[in-house]
Amino acid sequence: MPPLVTPEVIWWALLPLLVLSGGGFLLLTIASLVRRLPEALPQAWTVATGLVVLIATVPMWDRVQSDGPRSFLGGMVAVDGSTVLVTAILAMAVVATALLARPYLRREDLPGVELYVLLLMSAAGGVVMASADDLIVLFLGLEILSIAVYVLAALHLRRIESQEAALKYFVLGAFASAFLLYGIALIYGATGSTRMARISGHLASTVLVQDGMLLAGIALLLVGLAFKVAAVPFHAWTPDVYQGAPSPVVAWMAAGVKTAGFAAMLRVLVVTLGTHASDWRPAVAVLAAASMVVGAWVAVLQTDVKRMLAYSSIAHAGFILLGVQAASERGTSAVYVYLFVYTLLATGSFAVITTVAGRGDAAHGLGAYRGLARRQPVLAGAFTVLLLGQAGVPFTGGFVAKLGVLAAAVEGRTYWVAMVAMAAAAVAAFVYLRILVAMYLEDPAPDTDDRYEVPTGTRLVIGAACAGVLLIGLVPGFLLDIASDAVPVLVGG
Amino acid sequence: MAVLAAAADVPFAVLPALLVVPAAGALLVAVLPRRRPELLKLVAVATSMVVAAMTVWLLVAFDVDRGADMQFEFRQSWIADLGIQWLLAVDGISLFLIVLTGLLFPIVLLAVDPGHDDRAYFAWMLLLEAGVIGVFCAMDLMVFFLCFEVVLVPMYFLIGRWGHANSAYAATKFFLFTMAGSALMLIGILALAFLHADATGGNLTFDLVELAEAQSLGTTTARWVFLSFALAFAVKVPIFPLHTWLPDAHTEAPTGGSVILAGVLLKLGTYGFLRFGLYLFPEASHFFAPVFLTLGLVGIIYGAVVATMQRDLKRLVAYSSVAHLGFIVLGTFALNTEGIEGGLLQMVNHGVSTAALFLLVGMIYERRHTRRIDELGGLQKAAPVLAAVFTLVMLSSIGLPGLNGFVGEFLVLVGTFNAHRWLAVAATGGVVLAALYLLWAYQRVFHGPAEGGNAEMPDLKLREGLVLAPLLVLIVAMGVYPKPVIERMEPSVDALVAHIEIHVDGFHEPTSRFGADIGVGEGGDDAGDDH
Repeated sequence: MPPLVTPEVIWWALLPLLVLSGGGFLLLTIASLVRRLPEALPQAWTVATGLVVLIATVPMWDRVQSDGPRSFLGGMVAVDGSTVLVTAILAMAVVATALLARPYLRREDLPGVELYVLLLMSAAGGVVMASADDLIVLFLGLEILSIAVYVLAALHLRRIESQEAALKYFVLGAFASAFLLYGIALIYGATGSTRMARISGHLASTVLVQDGMLLAGIALLLVGLAFKVAAVPFHAWTPDVYQGAPSPVVAWMAAGVKTAGFAAMLRVLVVTLGTHASDWRPAVAVLAAASMVVGAWVAVLQTDVKRMLAYSSIAHAGFILLGVQAASERGTSAVYVYLFVYTLLATGSFAVITTVAGRGDAAHGLGAYRGLARRQPVLAGAFTVLLLGQAGVPFTGGFVAKLGVLAAAVEGRTYWVAMVAMAAAAVAAFVYLRILVAMYLEDPAPDTDDRYEVPTGTRLVIGAACAGVLLIGLVPGFLLDIASDAVPVLVGG
Repeated sequence: MAVLAAAADVPFAVLPALLVVPAAGALLVAVLPRRRPELLKLVAVATSMVVAAMTVWLLVAFDVDRGADMQFEFRQSWIADLGIQWLLAVDGISLFLIVLTGLLFPIVLLAVDPGHDDRAYFAWMLLLEAGVIGVFCAMDLMVFFLCFEVVLVPMYFLIGRWGHANSAYAATKFFLFTMAGSALMLIGILALAFLHADATGGNLTFDLVELAEAQSLGTTTARWVFLSFALAFAVKVPIFPLHTWLPDAHTEAPTGGSVILAGVLLKLGTYGFLRFGLYLFPEASHFFAPVFLTLGLVGIIYGAVVATMQRDLKRLVAYSSVAHLGFIVLGTFALNTEGIEGGLLQMVNHGVSTAALFLLVGMIYERRHTRRIDELGGLQKAAPVLAAVFTLVMLSSIGLPGLNGFVGEFLVLVGTFNAHRWLAVAATGGVVLAALYLLWAYQRVFHGPAEGGNAEMPDLKLREGLVLAPLLVLIVAMGVYPKPVIERMEPSVDALVAHIEIHVDGFHEPTSRFGADIGVGEGGDDAGDDH
């Protein structure tokens, strides 16, 4: 009898996944066994887990850069520069969300442990997506990520909007997952494999006489992924879910879920289906243009700051798609830069929103921001930096991010989307200006003269986000170098 | 002199210092202890004085013999991935705009107190100065764009927070107009760099001189890219019909904001046309010149007519800017040495005289709390010195011979006359109208019987006089003896015109110096062939 061959396992490459999911399970176990858990423990645990992963990505990065990308576990999982970079972004988002969560839970008088456990699980799903070397593994990661986020959205027990958001997100999300799965099935039918390397190898070496099935598969995959990253016209859930879900969870959705979704999109479209770029590029370009225009335009019509940022996150998704549709190395690395910067912008902005919303997580109207500069100049100043960053003002990280995707689009000669993007950016600037006007140029409403208490964790998040945004704006070289080394590669087959 | 010559050979990094010093000053202002509010203005003024001193040093150390060259060059790679570098340099075109910026800021900071939120006001002012100087000395397209865009933020806050009643609207309009205008320029810049890299097979670069000398774009492409630049500059200038943000922004801005807006920020657009329009796209500039000449002329007449009808003194000055900038556009697109030089000189002149006008209007407003012309009157009796100063500045703005405005306007008209005779004739109408609206406004504000508070209006204080003095000296000096200015500008302008001649087939500088072929190019040649 031949010896049983087990697939090769590269343990160091699995470390982030193991730490995140292990941390989540352990926390769940401890919380259900120990009756009176110290209140600070779940947060500290989660932050520590996130930091361990973040630190672990440093040696992992060096190793990947020196040894090259590897595929293991029977070609199911891979590790390359993009995996490590996306893992680091997700870990950052986990730390930020956990720091925001505790003061939020205390203020809203909500039970403590579940949020952290689900957050860690969701992050583990994101890491799986970023390291998937097989479409089925990618789907698994997506489901782990999504299901945890469905529950997270419903976490505010007493807010009916929170429940509504979760139900909407769940129903539409399940729908999108079905699309994705069907797409995977069709691609399997067309190419005979679900492994990315084999699909791309097959497509590179074979001319399909009838490519209808493949194209349908690509289309369905695109729909499923576009839903996750909230691209128009698959965005309808976003404003309601963002408005209803607890604010720290929204920070995670905007930063973490979007990052994982785009990481998956790059692996599937640019890397796996790169040979058929001419087929999917126009579709992605249209998605990008529609997202930017609709996101920016509808954001202008909002009066609720949280909804404004929800629509602006749709516009940001459109900008990121601009980098995807370029289907080039420049485009791909620009997407990573954008995701990194957007993670800072989104966590920082939602940290401010969480603070201003007050007890009940309800004060999201522009009125709540009126005269903020007079009441709390530092908080208003920090929010200004973040909003200007989102608007893409020079010498902020937001400009560097936008410049990257625009350069990729121009290099790819898709001038029309680039022009749409700049027009949308100008419209979106109005949204951020409205918030600035409210903060600086209007007097505070008579009943909101009290100061918002900014907890230490929130301070840390806002401060780090602002510092990061300005640092990247002034010396972007290091991030651009990392991102250009992080372009995903397929190995094995 | 030997010391200075040596300094010019081995310049200390003066251009980066011009950016870093105001930015550092802004940071310092932001972190000054709260208990010492009197330090804020001191630090701000001191910083701007240091910058002013450096710009004057620049003027002195500028090598007239190499006038056409880029001087004080500083090069430092910034975003290597995209080939973007901090490439700063000065030539005769930008030199006086930098000096103007350096001189106006301390004057404004000294002359005008914000009234509230001093810390933020001074910090934004200094950041604005850094941004504006960045625009004038950036020789890398991307750095230019960054500075061009980033000045919007301080100006937005200056108009919005320290402006008059309707300032939030004006500030937002200003930001959105100018940002939307320059949005496409970024695409244009990127397209230019990528197409150049493709054509030459080299790396991505945004180096202005390299791109301009290579001229690697096809004619049609270059025209499209030129349009993306032109839109941005046209909004910034502003050229009719994109000017609607300007009267609002000027009227609602605080005095300090108006002075900087009129004195310096309006030059960003016209400077952009010279440096990035004509130099990068000579063929396209020549091709589209009739459009801009026409719009410039319309601006001159329209601005003057609308200014005549204004009831608000500040708005009147704002519309007079539209007319003056029309002259600058006219001169620029005449595409000959006189026209361009006149336009350039007029940028500096307009900066000096309009800044002074806005300061004076601000002083009147401070005393009378109104800018409405019909509520003022007879101020001359109460404030004879103020009236005298106003007269001088106004006459400079009208273009009276002997004052600075005349030299620039005259050169513009000569240049336009040589290129397009009838346009010059029509533009002269604008000069007449300028005399009309300014003198009429002067008459209504300063002459006649003084009623109510107008009779007791205090005259110019010593401090105000001292602040205005440098501007008045410049107005007279540049009118009587403009040679030092012109001789520094001329080599660069000549080089620019030569550059256009080289790169545009069949284009010769429209000039009357060498005889018959005045005006419309080929017409003169045909006439010659008939003999």
